[in-house]
Amino acid sequence: MASLRALVGCKRVIDYAVKIRVKPDNMGVVTEGIKHSMNPFDEIALEEAVRMKEKKIVSEIVAVSCGPPECQETLRTALAMGADRAIHVEIKGEEYQGLQPLAVSKMLAKLIQNEKVDIAFFGKQAIDDDSNQTGQMVASLLDWPQATFASKIETEGSDTLKVMREIDGGLEHIKVKLPAVVTADLRLNEPRYATLPNIMKAKKKPFSKMSSEELGVDIKPRLQVKSVVDPPVREAGSTVENVDELITKLKDVGVV
Amino acid sequence: MATTATNRTLAFLTSSPSLSFIRSLSATPLLRSNVKISDEAIFTSEHVEMRGALNKLIEKEINPYVDEWEAARSFPVHSVIKKLGEGGFLGPTRDPEYGGLGLDYSYSIAIAEELGSITCGGVPMAIGVHSDMATPALARFGSDELKKEFLAPSIAGDVVACLGVSEVGSGSDVASIKTTALPKKGSDDLVINGGKMWTTTGTKADWMCLLANTREGDPHRNKSLICLPMNTPGVSVAKEIKKIGNYSSDTAQIYFDNVVVPRKNIIGEEGQGFTYQMLQFQEERMWAVASILLPMERIMQATVEYCRERKAFGKSILDNQVVHYRLAELETELESIRSFLYRLVGLYVAGHDVTKLASMAKLKAGRLTREITDSCLQYWGGMGYTDEVPVSRAWRDTRLLSIGAGADEVMLSIICKLSGTLPK
Repeated sequence: MASLRALVGCKRVIDYAVKIRVKPDNMGVVTEGIKHSMNPFDEIALEEAVRMKEKKIVSEIVAVSCGPPECQETLRTALAMGADRAIHVEIKGEEYQGLQPLAVSKMLAKLIQNEKVDIAFFGKQAIDDDSNQTGQMVASLLDWPQATFASKIETEGSDTLKVMREIDGGLEHIKVKLPAVVTADLRLNEPRYATLPNIMKAKKKPFSKMSSEELGVDIKPRLQVKSVVDPPVREAGSTVENVDELITKLKDVGVV
Repeated sequence: MATTATNRTLAFLTSSPSLSFIRSLSATPLLRSNVKISDEAIFTSEHVEMRGALNKLIEKEINPYVDEWEAARSFPVHSVIKKLGEGGFLGPTRDPEYGGLGLDYSYSIAIAEELGSITCGGVPMAIGVHSDMATPALARFGSDELKKEFLAPSIAGDVVACLGVSEVGSGSDVASIKTTALPKKGSDDLVINGGKMWTTTGTKADWMCLLANTREGDPHRNKSLICLPMNTPGVSVAKEIKKIGNYSSDTAQIYFDNVVVPRKNIIGEEGQGFTYQMLQFQEERMWAVASILLPMERIMQATVEYCRERKAFGKSILDNQVVHYRLAELETELESIRSFLYRLVGLYVAGHDVTKLASMAKLKAGRLTREITDSCLQYWGGMGYTDEVPVSRAWRDTRLLSIGAGADEVMLSIICKLSGTLPK
């Protein structure tokens, strides 16, 4: 089974630890001068691909990112973590502002075909827009089976994956025939840190750049953002003396 | 891009609640965040990538535990050093033969700077002593056998190093140390007697890079640096010294009573120890300057945020011109130090002797950290005098910078000596 080719989507997002600020014009969030990193779920997806390569199930890992020139940093991280090659689809300025999951999915599907990929790994969602659409759309565009929210992946025979998924009320075990799309959930694995020796080795790995036109994909937005606002601020609570008072209060607000 | 704040928080914030305040401060964009690290003259995208990887390790393996370690006045130095060793962060400049990567000194400086993300002074200090203060002479002048025995496992993070220079009667006046390591008659061994003081990680280290007098005579030509395993009979840790800051890091007084080591444990040439130590100090001083940049930025940023929130006499503290002007001045000073350091590292990487400039930078950095932390603490008012906020810890921890690695006054005398202005 050592001949499987994997592709991993690596989205550049605002770092999870950064406090998000809405732009004054309410049309987006502040991204300038803000720390970015690889979407944590994509990191998990990449880690799984690297582990499968270490187990000789996967032969080559291609990391892909669609976005501004800074995405190259994200891809360098992917190479340092163990991807073999990187492809950057450069999308700048306003085009990037309006970039939506469907357009990204079309580009990824095209790349997957070009690269003769057997397993496409993605994070289950990106932590910036929380769309949770790309993996599913790619599977649909390619007419491939999909195993979303994977929390455990095993191989069966030479062309099947056994995937455990976390669902409401328990765990679901499914089998998918390859080629397939797999999206990673939080508990699939714990991604490694890139080590300095691997960061230096990553410098020598192949890195290619292309445009959406080269892929023949129309990336015009299909959805329009009307406004972006801060979530409501949580109001301060109050302390009650005893259970009776608590029940009275709950009755006052009509929840019991 | 609409963002679900709770989702991010639930999924990825793993820190304990008591740290959330400090973390929320360190996670906010820094004052200079509009400048990319890779745009700085001495750094490349590899430096950026390396700092990112180190930062992840720090945020996951170190920062969540700092408060606990500070309270316990101790941190698990062996496991922290091991993790850093596995990441390749302990010897980027060292020979690949011994586990290094053969990179230039700018990588060590980038690591030193990133270690400033650690939310206390003691942990990065112990790491720096291990990686950049106890080992430069060994790496440069040591025999192959010594490097295999002491340097390689230190780079891998399997053993922890300390540096034994200062003594009870000799701190900045290095030439006056009294510890001896004299030949044992009829053998190829040295017998060490005396003691060391202020030894960082002294109670836990596996080996010491020891400076001792190996013969009589000219105090600048009678010393040697010696690799001393700390479990050798006759080495005793006299006491752990209580300090006003850098709580996580242990500081020891150590005695040597007829400690026998093979003569081959001398690093390089016998009698050259003073010179080697002075060379070794260059890197120690540049490292020290790099290590204060992020903590000072963080403290100033936290002070800006606190002063913006805190109201007095009908306006925020920050709205007082005396406050925002002062912070602007301090930020300007800090950026000057950064520029000075980067220039100095550039020259050092190009092969220049930077003793004078490194001494100047260390002098200025020591004084500036005192100014920044003291000014910031002042603006926190009563809160600044408590243990609840990061500014008081920084105030305590950074006071050492004007004392350690040669006091300010020693820096001044080095500068004077190299400028030819010292009285004969």
